[in-house]
Amino acid sequence: MFIFFYLLYICLKLICIRVNSLCRPTAYRTSSNQLCSSKVFIQRDYSSGTICKFQTKFPSELESRIDEQQFEETIQTLNNLYAEAEKLGGKSYLEGCLASLTAYTIFLCMETHYEKVLKKIARYIKDQNEKIYAPRGLLLTDPIERGLRVVEITIFEDRSIGSGR
Amino acid sequence: MSAVMITRKVRKWEKLPGKNTFCCDGRVMMARQKGVFYLTLFLITGTCALFFAFECPYLAVHLCPAIPVFAVLLFLFVMAMLLRTSFSDPGVLPRALPEEATFIEMEIEAANGNVPAGQRPPPRIRNVQINNQIVKLKYCYTCKIFRPPRASHCSICDNCVDRFDHHCPWVGNCVGKRNYRYFYLFTLSLSLLTIYIFTFDIVHVVMRSMNGGFLNTLKETPGTVLEVLVCFFTLWSVVGLTGFHTYLISLNQTTNEDIKGSWSGKNRGQNPYSHKNIIKNCCEVLCGPTYPSVLDRRGLLQEDTLISSSNPVPQTTKTTAPLIPNEHTPDDAKPSIAASAEKSPSPKEEHPAATKVPPLASPETDAETSIAKERAH
Repeated sequence: MFIFFYLLYICLKLICIRVNSLCRPTAYRTSSNQLCSSKVFIQRDYSSGTICKFQTKFPSELESRIDEQQFEETIQTLNNLYAEAEKLGGKSYLEGCLASLTAYTIFLCMETHYEKVLKKIARYIKDQNEKIYAPRGLLLTDPIERGLRVVEITIFEDRSIGSGR
Repeated sequence: MSAVMITRKVRKWEKLPGKNTFCCDGRVMMARQKGVFYLTLFLITGTCALFFAFECPYLAVHLCPAIPVFAVLLFLFVMAMLLRTSFSDPGVLPRALPEEATFIEMEIEAANGNVPAGQRPPPRIRNVQINNQIVKLKYCYTCKIFRPPRASHCSICDNCVDRFDHHCPWVGNCVGKRNYRYFYLFTLSLSLLTIYIFTFDIVHVVMRSMNGGFLNTLKETPGTVLEVLVCFFTLWSVVGLTGFHTYLISLNQTTNEDIKGSWSGKNRGQNPYSHKNIIKNCCEVLCGPTYPSVLDRRGLLQEDTLISSSNPVPQTTKTTAPLIPNEHTPDDAKPSIAASAEKSPSPKEEHPAATKVPPLASPETDAETSIAKERAH
């Protein structure tokens, strides 16, 4: 008997949720004073080859939130940091040769150059979020969490009463 | 009736889609079929064991003690490279999370415009220009992403791999951006080891035959015959493979591109990834930066399990990750997917049907904590 009512409750909840989610699948609907959010994805720029570089084109969804120049500066700095990580030069060749001589066991105790730069990038993104993006209701996600495919920017919108978008 | 919500921490590798097997709590990543890999291990260690048992004592005494020492070092290097190639992440690209997949779908629909009913929509291709060459990026229906240039989807492992070379059954893993240099060093060092063992087998047989006769020698060291056989057949294939990969590296091409003929024939000399300089190509592939894995296999995830006392089978569900139906989704899960397309703050709003749906992407951790979360190792 109780199982029946429990399942009925679940079905009713499903129907309600389904009706509401049909309008904007990427938006989240809540029934209290919580934040709704949507996401914008900055894609990779492959014009210079397979190196990690993101497009600096300003998405229209952010027009009301942030300066175009500020956004471009953030993306350009990220691109420069990734270029530094993937740079082919004397230092990376030396690291590669030394590592191959030790059958790559040296990486058990040493961090690679790329990993060091990734930590730098994580700190930079955290810093940018704290100083610039969070006060404007935006959140940058580190591209490494998305497989270095996209820079995900979450746009938070404050809704005081739950209503459909 | 009571329902109990149990939250437990799981490692991300447990929830990764694709057909890989993981060992040592996510530290080791291989393909599912490992039989041929065990054969490779057996052949290498078996042949070397026979060499150390039969040939080395004689050669160390009668020729030079450095011979077994060098053989040991070479053997250790071969094993290190083999294990490194087999156990590491080849450069798997994680699948798109639902929001990203939806965003891409909306972009595609906007680009295609209105397709008349009954007509097939145009193929999902994006053109990019790399070094004055137009390269087509294909859309992967399984991973729901536009594959980066040089990436390909491995059907055996069911993953998109960056700079996909080939899936090697001998090594039990895909060969891609992250482990190509280890694979090349493995084939190179194995060629050297095979030539080394073969040469010293012949030397040993000749030296011993001068003293005792050919048949007596074979009777005293029966392992030699086996070693020579294995080395003879291995030599042709492995040395050939090393030569082939040396050629590919000098041109900065992958086996996949070579097979498809992307930069040969009428497209010869148009490879946009090549530096047009053999030394620079070799340096980039072999001594370039070591790319990190983007999979984060050992990161931690929250998993909520709803256990109701009337139903003893725990129904494991995710806190987030709304799913997008595709042709692989079972029909009964489709309504549940639309329902779970919303991120419900209360985990109790789960339902039995969701358990049958295989996750299309790894579950998304909370956006605010994802930056603060350190990768646990």
